[in-house]
Amino acid sequence: MTARPERAPGSALPAGGAMRVMGSETEYGIHAPSAPGANATMMSARVIQAYAQVTRQRAAGGAETRWDYTDEEPLHDARGWTVERTSADPSQLTDQPPVLDAEAIAMAYGRDELDHDGEDESGSLLMNMVLGNGARLYVDHAHPEYSSPEVTNPRDAVAWDAAGDLVVLAAVRRLAADPTLPPINLYKNNTDNKSVSYGSHENYLMPRSVPFGDIVRGLTPFFVSRQIICGAGRVGLGQASSRPGYQISQRADFFEAEVGLETTIRRPIINTRDEPHATADKYRRLHVIIGDANLSQASNYLKFGTTAMVLSLIEAGLAPKVEVHEPVAALQTVSHDTSLSATIRLLDGRRVTALDLQWMYHEAAAKLSQETGVADAVDGDGHTHAVLERWAATLSQLDNDRSAAASSVEWLAKLSLLEGYRQRDGLSWDNARLGLIDLQWADIRPEKGLYHRLLSRDRMQRIVDDQAIARAVAEPPSDTRAYFRGRCVSSFSKDVVGASWDSVIFDVPGYGRLQRVPTREPLRGTEALTGGLFARHHEAAPFLAELLGLGTTPPPG
Amino acid sequence: MAGQEQQQPQSRDTEVDEDIPAPPPAPAEAQASAATQGVDDLLDEIDGVLESNAEEFVRAFVQKGGQ
Repeated sequence: MTARPERAPGSALPAGGAMRVMGSETEYGIHAPSAPGANATMMSARVIQAYAQVTRQRAAGGAETRWDYTDEEPLHDARGWTVERTSADPSQLTDQPPVLDAEAIAMAYGRDELDHDGEDESGSLLMNMVLGNGARLYVDHAHPEYSSPEVTNPRDAVAWDAAGDLVVLAAVRRLAADPTLPPINLYKNNTDNKSVSYGSHENYLMPRSVPFGDIVRGLTPFFVSRQIICGAGRVGLGQASSRPGYQISQRADFFEAEVGLETTIRRPIINTRDEPHATADKYRRLHVIIGDANLSQASNYLKFGTTAMVLSLIEAGLAPKVEVHEPVAALQTVSHDTSLSATIRLLDGRRVTALDLQWMYHEAAAKLSQETGVADAVDGDGHTHAVLERWAATLSQLDNDRSAAASSVEWLAKLSLLEGYRQRDGLSWDNARLGLIDLQWADIRPEKGLYHRLLSRDRMQRIVDDQAIARAVAEPPSDTRAYFRGRCVSSFSKDVVGASWDSVIFDVPGYGRLQRVPTREPLRGTEALTGGLFARHHEAAPFLAELLGLGTTPPPG
Repeated sequence: MAGQEQQQPQSRDTEVDEDIPAPPPAPAEAQASAATQGVDDLLDEIDGVLESNAEEFVRAFVQKGGQ
């Protein structure tokens, strides 16, 4: 069967600026100091399980729903082909539910675990949840991952990304309160500094009509340089931190290719995974894997806001005409130069700094958004003006007032803390305490995380206030299909048996079979379009009946 | 290491000192010391928050691969 969750088309977002359907994915570093060697997948499942228990307490019936894998297509390449399953790396097969090996559980926690713990009511381990805020919380490889709901602007991207930190914090608290389990720490970072990296990804919706080659050309110089405003900073150089020092990006040293499908091996600056999770002939979902996970709200805001604007430039055919010579090497050169004075070579022979590149993009983006009117402070789209202003202010500070930038740019905030220690205690870059500060910067517990300690002293700027983040834990964004997904999960969770980015599946008494409601248009299913429906119905059967246009009663058997 | 970097320009500093009159005025000095005090407070607070045994803690943080 097919059905539409909405009855009027979603209106398009203002083009040319910083508004766009977007979202974030965060894989958290996971560590149980009292249980060294514990199985990471098992621990990650415990985090998901703990959050399920938290939400069960909060919402009668449980705000949890299984993931529907029907539309996952991780092997589709945006360049127009599909990788054979047999030739793909096992880590690329993200369209199958991960199987938690019983042997692994037994090794980590003993045979007894298999019989009576780590399982949800239906008897299988819970590895995947859809949350009432429209997000997905699940086990990805050996990490817990929070994928934010779809939002339409960088400010909401910050709020619903930070909400993920509170979601996993609630799980960490729950585990810490259980004396039978080892406490688990989670870190919003991207490397263990021992050669392993794990991602924080961004997703941006684009029209499929934009040629992929234009995206690669337009984005590569931007991605090489954008780390100076949104890098999270890292102690150690090289994938295994074999050389002492400090660099701008957590991720830069782990990139080895310019363009490619992989996300776990031979990581490319531009990722070509083509899983639109939406109407495939209209949209592509640009999957960005090069970013650092950000705790700094200002860095996170600029990461989403400026990237969205650069995509608008690419769509308009107005991206700066620059091409970086050997971009992978340039990416690492920029990351390793905290003075921001290193130059990289362009194909036309010019040598420019990362700041120069960022200013070129800023200038082009400002020009386009002024022409389209979206950047107007009063009559604009309400977002682009603020992104442009903050982008320019940050670049100026990086150029001539770095101490001012340290309250917003994450790598500089971390660096100034590290420099404080180096000066007070005379520490060299290979001192383990500096490594600990780098790690503990990203601890998601406010009392232990050093970013959070700075935030509580107002040494870090806020883009959204704590109330807005707390709200984003429980509520979906109002202006995307995430509203429909989140409200279905929180209102009808006992009847919702599965959900994904582009579907919600009901199992309602009175219907003969499962009802799969597709949500393939990201700007439909909004509060404006479906809020009345949720207000009118508190039971799934009449809700579904009206949604599907079947009158007010379920069809016979 | 940090100490070495600070010591390097010593001889030149000495020369410059002879030519240039009094050090910066009091307000700037007060500001700088307030800022230093803020950093000192912050570092003191963080000393109390940092995990004990840095070396072991950092070594034990080993992750499996991710995306």
